[in-house]
Amino acid sequence: MYMFKYVMKRVGLMLFTFFIIVTMCFTLVKLLPIPTNALPGQDPAIVMKTLEGRGWITNVREGANGTFKYDRVPILIQYGNYIKRIVTQGDFGIATTYGEYVNMPVWDVFVSHLPPTILINIYSTLIGVPIGLGLGILAALKKNKWQDQVINVFIILLISLPSIVLALGLQYFFCFKLGWFPLTMSTSDEYFTWEVFHSMLPAVFALCLGSIAGYARYTRAELSEVLTGEFMLLARTKGLTKRQAIYRHAMRNSMVVIFPSILSEFVGVLSGSLIIERMFTINGVGGLYLNSITFQDYDFFMLLSCFYTLVSLTAAIVIDISYGFIDPRIRMGAK
Amino acid sequence: MANTTNKYENIPVEKLRFAKKSDALHDKKLSTKPVSYFQGAFRRFAKNKGAVVGGVVILVLVLFAIIVPFFTPFTPGYYDMTYNYVTPKNDLFVDAGIDFWDGCKEKEANYVGFLKDQAIAQETGREVIKRNEYTVSEDGSVYSYRYNTYYGVGFGKYKIISLEKYMAIQQYQLETGRQVLYPIVDVTARPTLEKNKYDANIYYVTEDPKAKTIRPKVDTEGNIIPNYWKYTEETKSKTVADYNSLRIEGENGITQNGETYYYAYGRIVDGGIEIRAEYYEYYIYEHVMEKKDGIEEPSFFFGTTDTGKDILACLAYGARFSFIFATLVAVANFIVGVIWGSISGYYGGKIDLFMERFAEILGAVPTMIVITLLKYHLGADIPQWLVLFIAFFATGWIGMSHTTRMQFYRFKNQEYVLAARTLGANDFRIMFKHIFPNGLGTIVTSVALVIPAMIYSETSLSYLGIINLEAGEITSVGTLIAAGQKSITADAGFVALFPCVFLVLLMLSFNLFGNGLRDAFNPSLRGSED
Repeated sequence: MYMFKYVMKRVGLMLFTFFIIVTMCFTLVKLLPIPTNALPGQDPAIVMKTLEGRGWITNVREGANGTFKYDRVPILIQYGNYIKRIVTQGDFGIATTYGEYVNMPVWDVFVSHLPPTILINIYSTLIGVPIGLGLGILAALKKNKWQDQVINVFIILLISLPSIVLALGLQYFFCFKLGWFPLTMSTSDEYFTWEVFHSMLPAVFALCLGSIAGYARYTRAELSEVLTGEFMLLARTKGLTKRQAIYRHAMRNSMVVIFPSILSEFVGVLSGSLIIERMFTINGVGGLYLNSITFQDYDFFMLLSCFYTLVSLTAAIVIDISYGFIDPRIRMGAK
Repeated sequence: MANTTNKYENIPVEKLRFAKKSDALHDKKLSTKPVSYFQGAFRRFAKNKGAVVGGVVILVLVLFAIIVPFFTPFTPGYYDMTYNYVTPKNDLFVDAGIDFWDGCKEKEANYVGFLKDQAIAQETGREVIKRNEYTVSEDGSVYSYRYNTYYGVGFGKYKIISLEKYMAIQQYQLETGRQVLYPIVDVTARPTLEKNKYDANIYYVTEDPKAKTIRPKVDTEGNIIPNYWKYTEETKSKTVADYNSLRIEGENGITQNGETYYYAYGRIVDGGIEIRAEYYEYYIYEHVMEKKDGIEEPSFFFGTTDTGKDILACLAYGARFSFIFATLVAVANFIVGVIWGSISGYYGGKIDLFMERFAEILGAVPTMIVITLLKYHLGADIPQWLVLFIAFFATGWIGMSHTTRMQFYRFKNQEYVLAARTLGANDFRIMFKHIFPNGLGTIVTSVALVIPAMIYSETSLSYLGIINLEAGEITSVGTLIAAGQKSITADAGFVALFPCVFLVLLMLSFNLFGNGLRDAFNPSLRGSED
C-alpha cells in the first residue's frame, strides 16, 4: 500500500510541477507582442478575426489606412480559454507564422513529425542496449584481462567524444567519404521501407554509440561489484556452476540498477536529440521545435515546451519509482 | 633486612640504570610534517597521471586562447569571399617542401580543368600545380596533382576600382616590383555568357565563346593562346586607361608588321576603371597599403571557412570567449548556489522544504525553453551572449546549491559544530567558518566539472542556431562547427576538423582533470595510493 501511496505522491508532485511550468511559459509567451502581421496572401481582417475567435484579443476595430486596433484579453482569461479548448476539443491552437504549416492545427503537425524521431530512437535503443549490456558483461566477467582493457579504452573514447563531433565524424566518413549512406535522411513518408531505414542508419549509429558506452560502463561497474558479493560465494558453495551462479544471481541483482536507466531512456527517446536531428536533417520533433523558435510561432512553442517538459519530468520519476518496484530492498515511503 | 636496606646510604649514580635501554620515555616527536587537507589533496592529485595531463592540456588550450589573438592579424570579423575554403598553410611545411599543410590539396581534374589551372600558372608564374608535377590516368581523362588553393584562385572576377586607386596600384608596382595588374581582354573578345563574362581567369582564346563551359583553344604545340586587348598609339580606344607601370614579361610594345602594339591594363567604365588583378598580389596590396590591418600575406594557418573567415582566428577568439564566459557563469552559479544551498542545508525544516521545492521546479524547466523565452523577451535589447549568460545562470546555480546543501547536511550535526555553537558562535560564523571550508573540496570540484558542460551547451546551442553569438569580435566554436558541417559536401573537412579537435581535447582534459580533482578531495582515499 505504501508503494501505491508513494507513486501517487510522486505523480501528483510531478503534475503540480508541470502545471506551474506550463503556466509560467504561457504567461511569458503571452506577455510578448501578438503577431498580427498578415502573411502575403492573407486578409488582415481574417487574421484579426481568427485571433479574436481564439480568445487572444477582443474588441477589434478597423482604424485609418487599414490598421487595426484591439484590446488584449487578460492573460488569466486567455489561459482559461487555452486549457478549456485543450480539454474539451483537444485543440492546441493553430500555426500562425510557421511558413509551411500556417493555419494548420499544431497538434496534427506535431503528431505527423513524431514517427521519425521515435523510430530513430527506438532503433538506437534496440541496437544500443544489447551491445552495451553485452560489452559490459564481457568486461565484468573478464575483469583485468585484455578483453576488459580493450572494452575500457573503447568506452572511454566514446564517452569523452562529444556527440556533436561523433555525429559529424560519422557523417563525414561514412556518408561523404565512403558514400555508404546518404548525407541526410530520406524525406519519404514510408517509414518502413529499406530506403528510409538505410538513410536513418547514420543517425541511429550516432545516437547509439554514446548509449552503448554508457550502458557498458554501468553494467561493468555494477556486475563486477555484485560478482564479489558473498552470496555469490554461497551460490558456488551450494553447488551451482559458475554459469548458473552468474545467470541466476549476479545478473539479476545487477539488473536492479541497470533496468531503471533503460526504462527512463525509453521515455527519453520521445524527446530525441536536437543535434542529431539537425545534423542529418531528420524531419522530426526537434526540427519542428527549432523552426517554431525561428518563426516565433507561439502555439507551436507552447505545445512543444509542454511536450519536452513532460518527457523530462516523466523520465526522472520513472527511475525513482521503478527502483521501488524492481528491488524489494528499497522500501521507499516506508516508515 | 635492615642491613640490606641500609647498605647504601646514598645510592651512587653509577649504580643507577634506566628501566629501558632507550634514554627517554616520552613520546617521540613526529618526524614527518603534518599534512593539511589541501596539501594532501594536492599530493593525491599530482599522483594521478591522467589528471595532471588533463591539467596541462587545459593550460595549453587556455594559452592558445589568450596568446593567438595577439599574434594573428585576422579577427572573427574578417572575411574574404574570394579566399573561401582555402586549405591550411604552414610556412614551415611550405619551405621544407613537404606535401602536407602546405596550402595545397589533392585535385583530380579533366583535361580542360587542368589546362585552366596551367593557364593561370603560366601567366602569373606561380606554382598553381605544385612543382608542376602531375600524373595522368591511363586513358588520359583524369589529371591528378597537388593544387595550390591560394594561387589557384587566380584573378577572380574583373574588378572596378577608382582612378586614384588605379594610379596608386601602378605606383605601388613601380616601388615594389610586384605585379598586381595584368592585361585585360577586350569586352567583345570575352565569352558571352553572363557567368563567364566577368571571369578574369579567362584571358585566352576560347574554342567557343558562347559555350557554358569554356574550353581554352590550344595551338599546335598544345599551348594556350593569350587573348589580350592590344592597341597601337594611333588606334588607342578612348576606353583604354593610361598605364605606365610594370608590364608582363616580354611586353614592352610588341612589334608586328612595323606597328608597335601595347596591351591594355585598364578599361574606363562608369564608376571607375575595370582591371584584371591577380588576387594574391591584389590582396597583399589591399591589406598592406589600403586597410593597413597588419595582414601581410594571405596565409591561413588553419584554412578558411565557406565565407572566407580565418579558422585560426575564429577558433582562438571563440575559445577565449568560451573560457571567459564559462568561468563567469561558473563563478556566478557558485556564489548564488553556495548561498542558497548553505541556507537551505543549514537551517533545514520548512525553509529547506520551500527552497528545495522552488529550486526543483525551476530546475525542471528544460534549459532550451528558458533560453527561447529569454531570447523572445530580451533578444532585441541586449546582446545574445548576455541572454545566454542569464539563461545558464537561471538554471545552472541549482546544481551547485544541491552540492552545497548535501555538504551542509553532512557536517552540520558533527561534534565540532556543536562545540562551536556551545562556545557562542553565531550561525553565520558556523556556516562559513566551520562547515563551508570542509565542503569546499567537493564544491570546487563540481565547479570544475561545470565549466566543460557549459562550453558544450554553448557550442551545441550556437550549432543549432538558437543562439547566434557571431557578432563583432565574438564568435563561438559551435558556429564554426556548423560552418564545418556545411563544408562537408565541398570536401573541405578541415573546416570542421580544427574546432572538433579543440572541443574533444577540451572535454577530455576537463573530464580527466575534474575526476582527478574529485578523487584528490576525497579524504577517504588518503593513504590508499601508498
